[in-house]
Amino acid sequence: MTVNLAFAELSRDLVYAAMAVYTIAMFTFAVSFAATKGRDLVPATAGASGAGAAEGGVAVATRTEVALGGPDDGALPPGRRSANIAMAITWLGTILLAGGLLFRGLSVMRAPWGNMYEFSITSALAIAATFLLISLKRDVRWLGLFVLPTVLLILGLAVTVLYVEAAQLVPALRNYWLVIHVSAATVCAGAFSLGAALSALFLVADSAEKRAAEGRSYWLSGLAKRLPESTKLDGMAYRIHAFMFPLWTFTIIAGAIWAENAWGRYWGWDPKETWAFITWVGYAAYLHARATAGWKGRKAAYIAFVAYGCFVFNYFGVNILMSGLHSYGGLR
Amino acid sequence: MSDQVEDAVRDADGSATGLSTAPLDVDDAGTAPVGIGVVGWLRWAWRSLTSMRTALVLLFLLAVASVPGSVFPQRGTDPVKVTQYLADDPKGVWLDRLGMFDVFASPWFAAIYLLLFISLAGCVIPRSLQHWKAMRARPPAAPRNLARLPEHRRIEASAPPADVLTSAAAHLRSRRWRVDVADDSVAAEKGYSRETGNLVFHLALLLLLLGVALGSLGGFRGNVVVREGSSFANTLSQFDSFAPGRGFDPASLSPFSFTLDDFSAQFERGGSQNGAPREFTADVTLTREPGAAPEKVRIEVNEPLVVNGEKVFLVGHGFAPTITVKDKDGQIVFRDSVVCLPQDGNFTSTCVVKVPDASPQLGLTGFFLPTAAVDDVRGPHSTFPAADDPAVFLSAWEGDLGLDDGRPQSVFKLETAKMTRLGIDAMRPGESWTLPDGQTVTFDGYVEFASFAVARDPGKEVALVASIAAMAGLALSLLVRRRRVWVRVAPGAAGTTVVDVAGLTRSEHASVADEVDELASALGSPPAQSSTHEQGASE
Repeated sequence: MTVNLAFAELSRDLVYAAMAVYTIAMFTFAVSFAATKGRDLVPATAGASGAGAAEGGVAVATRTEVALGGPDDGALPPGRRSANIAMAITWLGTILLAGGLLFRGLSVMRAPWGNMYEFSITSALAIAATFLLISLKRDVRWLGLFVLPTVLLILGLAVTVLYVEAAQLVPALRNYWLVIHVSAATVCAGAFSLGAALSALFLVADSAEKRAAEGRSYWLSGLAKRLPESTKLDGMAYRIHAFMFPLWTFTIIAGAIWAENAWGRYWGWDPKETWAFITWVGYAAYLHARATAGWKGRKAAYIAFVAYGCFVFNYFGVNILMSGLHSYGGLR
Repeated sequence: MSDQVEDAVRDADGSATGLSTAPLDVDDAGTAPVGIGVVGWLRWAWRSLTSMRTALVLLFLLAVASVPGSVFPQRGTDPVKVTQYLADDPKGVWLDRLGMFDVFASPWFAAIYLLLFISLAGCVIPRSLQHWKAMRARPPAAPRNLARLPEHRRIEASAPPADVLTSAAAHLRSRRWRVDVADDSVAAEKGYSRETGNLVFHLALLLLLLGVALGSLGGFRGNVVVREGSSFANTLSQFDSFAPGRGFDPASLSPFSFTLDDFSAQFERGGSQNGAPREFTADVTLTREPGAAPEKVRIEVNEPLVVNGEKVFLVGHGFAPTITVKDKDGQIVFRDSVVCLPQDGNFTSTCVVKVPDASPQLGLTGFFLPTAAVDDVRGPHSTFPAADDPAVFLSAWEGDLGLDDGRPQSVFKLETAKMTRLGIDAMRPGESWTLPDGQTVTFDGYVEFASFAVARDPGKEVALVASIAAMAGLALSLLVRRRRVWVRVAPGAAGTTVVDVAGLTRSEHASVADEVDELASALGSPPAQSSTHEQGASE
């Protein structure tokens, strides 16, 4: 089968266009972030939200009015308008990137998941899409400033270091399990990246809140006060990890089924398999730590980092440094 | 409501009144008992082993212990590399003694996962029994003061108290809550499948271990190289390498045989992926059992042949040049297609030919090159994996091959200690080389060979079922929320009823707010002067 060069070229142009658009979105998010007033790191009246319970009356939790916005322009708080513009630009960039991926696939008439360049742009798309999907349900505009640099970094690596020309696949990869196994893995890559970012932000917000409560200064408090409360960040990080852990398990199982079909054993401790296992154990440890006295909070967040580090190593390190059955990154 | 407050309320309720939906977080592993004798110590050791903290540490150890398995070559996957490593590095012996080349079969790795599984069993089995009882228990009665709970609404209903309770119970039952109605309150609980899923997941891991054990005990895996035109019968003696499980009976090998009719490989030509493999096919004539009619089948990568529960996989290929050796009278003393071992992606292959019937004995070593090229740096090498321009480069040796002293010898290595070198020559197909003593070596052509792995794993179905159960359990345990809801009624002013609705969940960062709201609005409306209708949205 041949390669449709026009499509391959169009794909490349679309990916570059997406990067340009994402860069604009990133700066717009930065402007918005800087303009945001932020919150008090120490709650004004301690336990204000729990006041109802304390009075023995009725529990009341008021929705922040800001989130509702308002029809009249004057009501928009600082930074809100630029954040909205940035979100729209991010949608545009994501559509362009999705187009780039689509034409990459069309140029060789297969799922575009055959080498590290293709995995990387798919992961970048997965991160951006996860962010946008969450934004449909919740106000996560503040997260844009952290998502877009991640996406741009991955795309930058993809088009420079990892780029390979569109081509057909080696026989071992020509299987419908490729589509199942690798699409699940790339979605995990996107979501685990978001989870790690949220865990990092949780640590920043947590440190800032603790120091503020003690009246001490903290060099990142300017960042922290523009973020949601640390407990909320922790909760979001947990939800992403809890949602992704079954999918990661599925990724490994799908890989095992494929391996059984291609090599005659479902598990052979190939470096890729070993590191997938290590990553799985790492995230399992994270979930257990959250249910273990003395390990909740910061320690659990550190475990999430270590697990994410293993995931990233499995992706870059194993493909590039180690030889095994999964060394088809396309790099020579 | 902030999470800290929610936590505080939960913890208070969890310990004081037992309302919490989570198992008690008892962690008494940290303190050792004093003066309670052997039984006490044993109990302490068991409790320590089955505590969550120990499980966490064992999980960490398991992850760390796996790392060397990806850093050092492993006997299970690449025995040749291990031998090479040991030859290159004298310190390798010590690594070998530590089991670094067989990490996943080493005693210390086994110790970690067995401890982990014992810890798991010790934790999960009692919890399963506990959960079995809990599943059939009634929801705990409504606490006196519902306003203390994290999610609470007070509303007014026009119906009398008894009717409100009836409709509350009906509302909850239709949403599949487990409901208990008391005189002035309703208690309901939902989400038992969270703990069910959690237990199913952990029990499935035990089942998975069983599946792996079954496979490694009762299964086998063998490798065999078959040249085009040659046959393979599935018996022990025909395999080049064979790794049986401890409980495997060689007599149970399925009695099939096949002949490799044709092997074909396609490669990418031109572009940056030049030489990348594109298609491998092996056409074989299969006889499923002695006496059965032969059938033509094709084996491809990802398309193994399945015969009586055994699978035949196409795992590699290469070239076997056909070499003829004649003595000085023109008598053929050797003629065979010799399997050459591929050394790189372009199939530069090393060959060894032993001719014990020549006198004196003759040995040939050298290369088969599917697309031949020679340069100063690399010497003879191949520039493309397909046989576009095949050639052999052979050195001839004369003397004693060393085959008669009884020591086993590799067919891929020529022992040249008692031999003298005669010379070197390059040949294209059909060309001959006359040695100084009058013998001739002819490169007639080549056939391709395919290497096959034959495997049976009786545990793989168990492992698959266990994996699917584990994943389903995991999804339930992480996505379902266990929660409780209570309704308490009291007669209000002017024939109305004051209704308190409250909910509680211990599942992390979950909320029952929506369900409490829905129930509250189904039962009545908020009191006129209060601001209780500002519904809590914690996110």
